Amino acid sequence: MRKLNHFHGGIHPPSNKTQSTQVAIAHAPLPSKLIVPFHQHAGEIAKPVVQVGDHVLKGQLIGMPDGFVSSAVHAPTSGTITAIDLQLIAHPSGLPNLCATLIPDGKDEWVERKAVDYRDHSQPELQQLLRMNGVVGLGGAAFPSDVKLRIGKQKIKTLILNGAECEPYITCDDMLMRERANEIVQGAQMLRFMLDADEVLYGVEDNKPEAIAALQQAIKESNLNHDVVAIPTVYPGGSAKQLIRVLTGLEVPSGKLPTDIGVQCFNVATAYSVCRALAHGEPLLSRIITITGNVRRAQNFEALIGTPIDYLVALGEALSDTDGYIMGGPMMGIPLPSVHVPVVKATNCIIATSAKLFPQPQPSMPCIRCTRCVEACPADLQPQDLYWFAQSKEFGKAQKFSLFDCIECGACSYVCPSHIPLVQYYRFAKSEIRAREHDKQLADQARVRHEFREHRFEREKQEKADKLAAREAAAQAAKLASTQPLTPQQLAEQADLEARREHIREVAQSSVENTAVENTTERTGN
Amino acid sequence: MLSALLVMAGIAIALGAVLGYAAIKFRVEGNPLVDKIDAILPQTQCGQCGFPGCKPYATAIAAGEADINKCPPGGEEGIHKLAELLGMEFKPLGGNAVPKPKSVAFIDEATCIGCTLCIQACPVDAIAGAAKQMHTIIAAECTGCELCVAPCPVDCISMKVIEEKITNWKWKYPVYALNTVETTNVAGAALQKTNGRAPG
Ligand code: SF4
Ligand code: SF4
Repeated sequence: MRKLNHFHGGIHPPSNKTQSTQVAIAHAPLPSKLIVPFHQHAGEIAKPVVQVGDHVLKGQLIGMPDGFVSSAVHAPTSGTITAIDLQLIAHPSGLPNLCATLIPDGKDEWVERKAVDYRDHSQPELQQLLRMNGVVGLGGAAFPSDVKLRIGKQKIKTLILNGAECEPYITCDDMLMRERANEIVQGAQMLRFMLDADEVLYGVEDNKPEAIAALQQAIKESNLNHDVVAIPTVYPGGSAKQLIRVLTGLEVPSGKLPTDIGVQCFNVATAYSVCRALAHGEPLLSRIITITGNVRRAQNFEALIGTPIDYLVALGEALSDTDGYIMGGPMMGIPLPSVHVPVVKATNCIIATSAKLFPQPQPSMPCIRCTRCVEACPADLQPQDLYWFAQSKEFGKAQKFSLFDCIECGACSYVCPSHIPLVQYYRFAKSEIRAREHDKQLADQARVRHEFREHRFEREKQEKADKLAAREAAAQAAKLASTQPLTPQQLAEQADLEARREHIREVAQSSVENTAVENTTERTGN
Repeated sequence: MLSALLVMAGIAIALGAVLGYAAIKFRVEGNPLVDKIDAILPQTQCGQCGFPGCKPYATAIAAGEADINKCPPGGEEGIHKLAELLGMEFKPLGGNAVPKPKSVAFIDEATCIGCTLCIQACPVDAIAGAAKQMHTIIAAECTGCELCVAPCPVDCISMKVIEEKITNWKWKYPVYALNTVETTNVAGAALQKTNGRAPG
């Protein structure tokens, strides 16, 4: 039995998970239209490589990764691309982003799939395969998995498969572990190979006994020495740093990555897609999504990326008093700007909300410095101080108080007796700080460009002055050259020239004198 | 003759060494205070402060010859930072200058006659083009100083406010109803329901 550790704080919100685990994962039928965003992952947006009117096959590349942190995007089914334009997506801003609209032809016809045996490939080759298959973290942040595997010379001791799924309502990982444990385990083995990790641990909260049993069974069947660990159910136990702490006792230092302490974490659903990508040659085209909350039939669906969320919500039969939708869990999820946005790789759960399920928050009141938030904070921060600095826009101080170690779990807001929406202040402060850092970079660039321009002017002036000086020097030199001694021949020529000039002058002089005389006589004659 | 040459050469070398050493030892560093002030200024190089660029303004502030509230693009925040750096009191933006939303210049390429006047005006070389060729603003490098707008003889340069896009979007300052107020923004309304408000 492994000795488990604890992280500071944490809360126990009602889990609300059983609603959606009563029936098996269902395949959502093919919708009549798919909207596939080109930016579904952390990092740079993928570049479209298809045109409007193109017929595409299922699994065909439509968005090429562009930049180091980026990932590929594929056609989730066969059909025709009818538009590539800005469409509303699941983003808290409610702003549109570039998407391809795909009208399925109903044949679901695959491109050629190439399965590989991972053991025959080098790590860079496998990373490239994952990148081109659009494999990204399915836990929520959608960080490209290949980037997490590029660890350089760092030694990875422990590979952690995150099946904690600590947020209320969400059950997609739970159901995936129950039903497809075998492929998760295969994928984990592939990830272990790519990281050359010594041990593989699965962290699953102890409120998912079926999932734990399924994983153990799958590991036994495939004769691997992976270890499934049941961890206590505490929110946010599924957050990477907290999970690492519980399983290994190690602390990821502020500003560092898990790999810096020899640990790497992947979501169980990510391991599943790694297996699909390598062992079956299938890019990431679909995912499991929990449809729950204010619906008649809460259930998990396997849906194609690009499926309009209203289509899924209809499958779950949202109740009539539904007044909104949250993508993700109630703690960290984002409210959808519209129900017509498409499913993306990060869509793990859709919660229909109603006034009854999610009553309006009570009006917030001043902070009474009760420090309940401090007790709850899993990142060991001082949320009340962070709040104070964020609301007064003292961003430098907020940063000094480790604002960027905040994982935005919402535990502090949950316990705050003054109902202060603390996390929103942190999000605001973080994005302001990031924008300022960006502005600073731009300003530094502008300074360099301006200085370069000044320098160029200076140089041009200098060059002009130099040229002028050179010209003067040349004139001087020419003058000097003229005083050089002449050859006898030149002297003779010069003498000859002078003699002729003298003669002309004499002639001219005499004629002038003559005319002058004549003129005088004429005048006197008058 | 030769000895005279050697003596001269020797003196020249010795003096050269002394000068070289002195140049290193007593090098005049760039004024660190000026650099610190310059680091706060937004580098728009617009000259609205009355100086021909950010660095000259920074130099003037450091010398105590200019007030800290003369930079409209830096806004109140810039003034706060300068006040903090210099241990002075904050004062509101001087004159009747108002901070404007960040913009970049835009050239109407159909009207541009390729006169290069704007290129000469741009303090950060953010305009590409050659004589008699149409010019284009490199938007990523434009500081929005507006210095190119006036010189254009055919008025084809306009300032465009930078639009909010998904790539530069920021979380807003939480506007929280102290008492329930109807919100028209769906996102805002729903936001109030999330973030640590799991149903009881
Ligand atoms: S829980 Fe709320 S009221 Fe208490 S110290 Fe934290 S922010 Fe203040
Ligand atoms: S949201 Fe941030 S400050 Fe609040 S409890 Fe979570 S980690 Fe701590």
